[in-house]
Amino acid sequence: MRYRRDQEPKSQDITPESVWVNRRQILQSMMAASGVGLSGLTLAEGAPTGRVLEAKRNAAYVASDALNSWDDITTYNNFYEFGTDKGDPARNAGSLRPTPWSVTVGGEAQVRGTFALDDLLKPHPLEERIYRLRCVEAWSMVIPWVGIPLVDLIKRLQPTSKAKFVAFTTLKDPVQMPGQRSPVLDWPYVEGLRIDEATHPLAFLAVGVYGRALPNQSGAPLRLVVPWKYGFKSVKSIVRIDFLERQPTTTWAASNPREYGFFANVNPAVDHPRWSQKTERRIGAGVFSPRIATRPFNGYPEVASLYSGLDLSRWF
Amino acid sequence: MVLSRVLAARRTLKSILHLAAALPLGLLVARAIWLPASLGANPVAMLTDSLGLWALRLLLLTLALTPLRILTGVSHWLLYRRLLGLWAALYATLHFSLYVLVDQRLEWQVLLEDVLKRPWITVGASALMIFWILSLTSFTALRRRLGRHWDALHRLVYAAAILGVWHYYWQVKKDVRAPLCYAAILATLFAARLLRRQIKARFSPATVLGKT
Repeated sequence: MRYRRDQEPKSQDITPESVWVNRRQILQSMMAASGVGLSGLTLAEGAPTGRVLEAKRNAAYVASDALNSWDDITTYNNFYEFGTDKGDPARNAGSLRPTPWSVTVGGEAQVRGTFALDDLLKPHPLEERIYRLRCVEAWSMVIPWVGIPLVDLIKRLQPTSKAKFVAFTTLKDPVQMPGQRSPVLDWPYVEGLRIDEATHPLAFLAVGVYGRALPNQSGAPLRLVVPWKYGFKSVKSIVRIDFLERQPTTTWAASNPREYGFFANVNPAVDHPRWSQKTERRIGAGVFSPRIATRPFNGYPEVASLYSGLDLSRWF
Repeated sequence: MVLSRVLAARRTLKSILHLAAALPLGLLVARAIWLPASLGANPVAMLTDSLGLWALRLLLLTLALTPLRILTGVSHWLLYRRLLGLWAALYATLHFSLYVLVDQRLEWQVLLEDVLKRPWITVGASALMIFWILSLTSFTALRRRLGRHWDALHRLVYAAAILGVWHYYWQVKKDVRAPLCYAAILATLFAARLLRRQIKARFSPATVLGKT
């Protein structure tokens, strides 16, 4: 345990929400005014900030590896909606307004419509799970997420027998997400899972990290976490959930089908066409620590049965 | 008197260029020592990328000296090609060393596979080979001895530049805007040379006389 939530005062008792939401901008403008102006610098070894969430740690999902720091998790992000540099999301995500937020449920489900996020999540107790995250770029982190099992929400939405896939769509709003002004990807970002993947107990919907509400750059206020797949499957800032009969067209697979597949299961035996996937660099481990071996399904063998009979080198 | 003043000015400019070329490296080293957090969550990738980018920038700057001569009509710019080219080669070598020693930690099997199986690394490695060959043959004495052959050999710098930009373009996951900028600059530098050749050909005595 690297943090102790119970002993800290609740952050909203001290800091008005509008201030912490914009804290990076405020700090940067202070630095700029004082002539320090080093926007690329990490400001300080940061303690977690944001709205405190009540969540119980789920003992079934803990990792033996050390957790990544709050700074690592919140300053090194791939979230092209805010720019393609790893530091861009932390710099630019202040323009996202995660409250109020609503999610539209559509397609092959009994329960459809647009719901306030709070109403959608209210019946489900939050839990904390520590998952490894393996990026397709061959780096990885260990992250304590707060959220709910995806299967619990799906059960409530009562998909019909025709629902074979679930698609998740990120907000499309170039005002809140300035990266969408460039056609780097085909916006909005869409990701999807087969229904049996989505209802696997490992699939998780996160609303927080380190016991706090998700910071904008991490996909506030609602994101997917599928730890056995490459990070790009874990779509952020979700506004739509659609149950579909056919496999949805997903953003990265559409942008380069030779390099990115629909399944995107972590697999050291199938290299990316341009780089090896056999090893990964663990973020935060230090410059001189060796790369570590990547494990099939990112070390979550319990999902292997989902793919029995599937040629994983073809369906990558 | 005048000559010695010109030589002194050139020496000063050379020192300034050395300092300027060393500055990015100095800053990276200083940050790594005193402000490691400023290198971000993935310092190995950050340092490798920065060194590679500076190699490219210095190489493009080296290639900009000939167009600069054409534009200004002052030929002494060419005296600084070797200086900047060697610095570019140094940055490229450090970029490579970081990848081999720190990132892959001399895993020869992985490295060999990378160079053979991954075209963008093959391309980068080829550029580096050229850098090394040109650096090792950059001495004035050797240049005098090789004469015409030296000129031909050192035209490989154009290949190194194309391979370098290509290596960068291929390495980027999706957002190729920055590599395309480098490619555009390189294309401009080539265009300046071609234009000069055309103009020269058109106004050469042979052509002019032939027309009359």
